[in-house]
Amino acid sequence: MIEIINLTKKYGKFTALDSLNLTIEKGTVFGFVGQNGAGKSTTFSILATLLSPTSGTAYINGYNISKEPKQVRSQIGYMPDFFGVYDQLKTVEYLDFYGASYGLSQNERQKLIPQLLELVNLSHKQDSYVDVLSRGMKQRLCLARSLIHDPEVLILDEPASGLDPRARVEMREILKELKHMGKTILISSHILPELAEMCDTIGIIDQGRLVAEGSVSDIQQRLKGEKLIIVKLYGGVDKAIRFFEDQHLVSKLTKRDDGATLEFLFQGNAKEQVGLLKAALMQDIAIISFSEMETNLEDVFMEITKGVELS
Amino acid sequence: MRNLFLNPVMNKEFKLRFRSFKSFLGLAFYLLALTILIVGFIYLQTQNSPMGLFRPDQSREMFMLLAFIQLGLILFITPGLTAGVISGEREKQTLNILLTTNQSSTSIIMGKLVSSISFLLLMIIASMPIYSIVFLFGGISPGQVLLILIFYIFTILVFGSIGIFFSTIVRRTIIAMVSTYGVALFLIGGTAFLFTISMAVNSMGAMPANNPVAYFFAMLNPGFILFGFLEPNAFNELSNQIGFGIDVPLWAAYLVSYSIIFIIMIVVSIRKLRPNMKVKSEA
Ligand SMILES: Nc1ncnc2c1ncn2[C@@H]1O[C@H](COP(=O)(O)OP(=O)(O)O)[C@@H](O)[C@H]1O
Ligand SMILES: [Mg+2]
Repeated sequence: MIEIINLTKKYGKFTALDSLNLTIEKGTVFGFVGQNGAGKSTTFSILATLLSPTSGTAYINGYNISKEPKQVRSQIGYMPDFFGVYDQLKTVEYLDFYGASYGLSQNERQKLIPQLLELVNLSHKQDSYVDVLSRGMKQRLCLARSLIHDPEVLILDEPASGLDPRARVEMREILKELKHMGKTILISSHILPELAEMCDTIGIIDQGRLVAEGSVSDIQQRLKGEKLIIVKLYGGVDKAIRFFEDQHLVSKLTKRDDGATLEFLFQGNAKEQVGLLKAALMQDIAIISFSEMETNLEDVFMEITKGVELS
Repeated sequence: MRNLFLNPVMNKEFKLRFRSFKSFLGLAFYLLALTILIVGFIYLQTQNSPMGLFRPDQSREMFMLLAFIQLGLILFITPGLTAGVISGEREKQTLNILLTTNQSSTSIIMGKLVSSISFLLLMIIASMPIYSIVFLFGGISPGQVLLILIFYIFTILVFGSIGIFFSTIVRRTIIAMVSTYGVALFLIGGTAFLFTISMAVNSMGAMPANNPVAYFFAMLNPGFILFGFLEPNAFNELSNQIGFGIDVPLWAAYLVSYSIIFIIMIVVSIRKLRPNMKVKSEA
């Protein structure tokens, strides 16, 4: 299980990650989707204890990334978006080195490595030098490497990027198998359809903020004319909550921490929106402001699904 | 302790280095060059002597020459061997993965240090039998040779730790290299230069007194220390002119100051290898 709480990362004045909150239950495959530069790798690096957060924190299986980075490392298998391999090392030796780095005994390694190579379809390459493998094979080898200490959580940063369609299918098959093994998988991509099929839940990240979370169909639903409306009140909050909850076009009503601002999704058109405001005023609800929140979800969604059919 | 010095990083590096045929070719070439140097030296000396003899004082001279050549080699090669070990992994994008494993930072740093200088150590140790030719002709005792060997290993470790330090805190290998060579150059040439100046300044005074400044620079200079091992008598005379007024031999001061440098370099490298994950609380 992964819990991310108000995670923020600034590079100087630039905010790469802005108060990210996310909970990923055990056994879930979570797809983290966003354009290049959205903050996916930054998030993953922090979870992998490679980058310190500016503020906020995260827990992996209950271990705090800031206070217990060592325990966190043994819980996760991490695959970076860009990585290199040692030259002059054979596939088996490559895995053996990382196995040893996780403190596995020689016996354990000898038993485990053939199984892992089998899993990622690289058994036939066990004596090849790592640096001459194709990109797809290297990706798969790196995936096998991230599994060597049998971690419960996998953090995979764009494992399918740069692969040809065939290699991508192969990668997807392996990930499906890992899902069946019950791993919690956090996987990123800048193309939604690449993930849509295999993820239980997706989160869309844009400019360091999580702009939507849910199943793919949930999100598509939201795009069909749902608006986020913010109402600031001058007292009478409970009355206002009762009023808005009764409206049939309103859903997911929440009260903000300041105690005087309500937030809800509204499914009506412009005319119905005017009607809603009018009715609220007639009920003597003290509204200071009534505004429609700008969401650029639609733009983001267009961008990450550009040119590909969503099944 | 066993885990620290027989760790995965070291195993892998050893495997890679000693597997390559080039390494052994390099070693063989080095030993050959040393042999030619010795044989050539003896040949020239015996040609010039009327009796065709190679005297103990000549044998001693040759030993000194060899000792300084090897020291020069050590000081020149060690920064190059060590200054790229961490930054190089960073540049090849293999460091991130290594850092997400369970291996402790101490184990990674120590493994890198020992494995990067291992080949140089092998070269030095392998050349010792050649040195022993001088025993045949006298002028040098086996104890002195052993002492110098220990001095070499210690010096390699310290200069190696400086290389590792820069490799860890500087992102790029080129800059780490330049920085390490810069520090090495200062410890060799810079301290010698400052020593000379402080001696000159002191001799201008009315009466020659203790010269702690000169002592300070001398104790940092590996060349001085080696000279002290080779020519104890001449060296003692010089030592008597410098010092804090207390009788600490220069080699002991070297041992202490270089140990301090080593510890600082290694401790900082270990702490800086991985980021500090703690959130800095904003005031
Ligand atoms: N070391 C860094 N220094 C400054 N800016 C950075 C650094 N690393 C990443 N960024 C910036 O942070 C943003 C998020 O980057 P990243 O997390 O790599 O995005 P993604 O993986 O989603 O493509 C980008 O705008 C990127 O330029
Ligand atoms: Mg990225």
